[in-house]
Amino acid sequence: MAAQERTSSDFTVEIKQTLGGESITRCYQCGTCASSCPVAKMTDRYNPREVIRLALLGQRENVLGSDTIWLCASCYQCQERCPQEVEIADVIYALRNIAIREGKVPKIYAEFAATLTRDGRLVSMSKFLEKKRIEYGLPPLKPTGVEAIRKILSATGFDKLPISGMKGEST
Amino acid sequence: MTSYALFLGCTIPARQPHYELSARKAMAKLGVELVDLEGVTCCAPPPVQSIDLETSLIVAAYNICLAEEADLNIVTLCTGCFESLAVANNILKENVMLRTRVNGVLSCLGKEFKGKKEVRHYLQVLLNDVGLNYLRRSVVKPLKSLRVAAFSGCHLLRPSKLLRFDDPERPRIFDTLIEALGAESVWYRNKLKCCGGLLRGYADDVALAIARDKIVNAAHAGADCIATLCPFCFLTLDLGQVLIKSTYKEEYDMPIIHYTELLSLSLGIDPKELALEFHKVKIDKVLDKIGLNLP
Ligand code: SF4
Ligand code: SF4
Repeated sequence: MAAQERTSSDFTVEIKQTLGGESITRCYQCGTCASSCPVAKMTDRYNPREVIRLALLGQRENVLGSDTIWLCASCYQCQERCPQEVEIADVIYALRNIAIREGKVPKIYAEFAATLTRDGRLVSMSKFLEKKRIEYGLPPLKPTGVEAIRKILSATGFDKLPISGMKGEST
Repeated sequence: MTSYALFLGCTIPARQPHYELSARKAMAKLGVELVDLEGVTCCAPPPVQSIDLETSLIVAAYNICLAEEADLNIVTLCTGCFESLAVANNILKENVMLRTRVNGVLSCLGKEFKGKKEVRHYLQVLLNDVGLNYLRRSVVKPLKSLRVAAFSGCHLLRPSKLLRFDDPERPRIFDTLIEALGAESVWYRNKLKCCGGLLRGYADDVALAIARDKIVNAAHAGADCIATLCPFCFLTLDLGQVLIKSTYKEEYDMPIIHYTELLSLSLGIDPKELALEFHKVKIDKVLDKIGLNLP
């Protein structure tokens, strides 16, 4: 943690400048989000109000390094109800995006990135079902735009993110 | 004839032919043409948004460009695809700065997002293009006495500011369309709450606890089945019951059925044509109740 000497405003500015994070400073800690959250209801490992509080306090390493930011189910229930119009689910995306840039990548997300780069899809087609389509009378699947998506991933720098297993599979 | 570009997404063709079959057959019967586009990709849903939100917007915009070039509006089945594409479409129509940035990247592919087309969910096509009256008249096998727990999935409704589908706290559209088939849409606790599906693969224990809650609530309300629209909700609740059985030692035997399957059955489409064997929790109880029996 000592290597990252930042003041709270540094981290807040960083979040606000990241797509999705713009609204974070409007939070006044009312807790409406936490009381609407289906995940917080099931486990005390997660509380959206708390994530935002730590972020606003500048606890950069704590926020980015913890498993908490990965426990949001992106259901947008909190965001609908926040009286301050904090776009909470999007703020969580911004925090995840920052964490990923620093190589803090949960395994399942590394797999998503690899599959997307390889197939242009998140769920690979099975040979079995491609054959079954004919039997069912479904039209053959049109080819996926794999080349197009790889061009996009390279133009945005997505394919250079520090995610293990993503490169080498993109050939 | 009304035509739409059908955006299937990743999960449906790869895992759920019963969804695709019922969706296509019902629309064909109702006189809406679904066109398959070449070169579509993943819609860039929450897993991709979590890695890089800007990339996901560009991928979504690229797919919308394909529909713009074909001069068609998009219809999605998956509510996840609906969210990714409709959010991108509406943000990029409004935010000129972001659109310029996105088009900067798309120009390498010879594409430009123009913002001239709409992204619709299947239910909107039923409601607005087919129309409730025509739909009701087309039902030949009313789902009389069937008690359905409607579960639209989060991303049909939220974020409502950008999706503009229905009232996010008191939605009626899905229930109305269930009732148009002759079934009853029953209220159950936490109806609008998430199924936890997006936590699968990261925090399976939490995801399963949330899914279990959903099923318990529908069972307490006396529902015969839960009707879904999202292939991910379907998986979470259908396969989820196999996992609930092994983890919690509980068995609910609650059929999970895509709305399009109920629709197809009510339109008189032969259940044998619908690949119903892809249900982990068998739906025979439901077929029995509506007077259709698989041989
Ligand atoms: S509901 Fe909004 S203002 Fe209240 S704690 Fe949550 S983010 Fe902050
Ligand atoms: S979007 Fe995330 S933080 Fe908000 S209610 Fe849903 S799971 Fe909780």
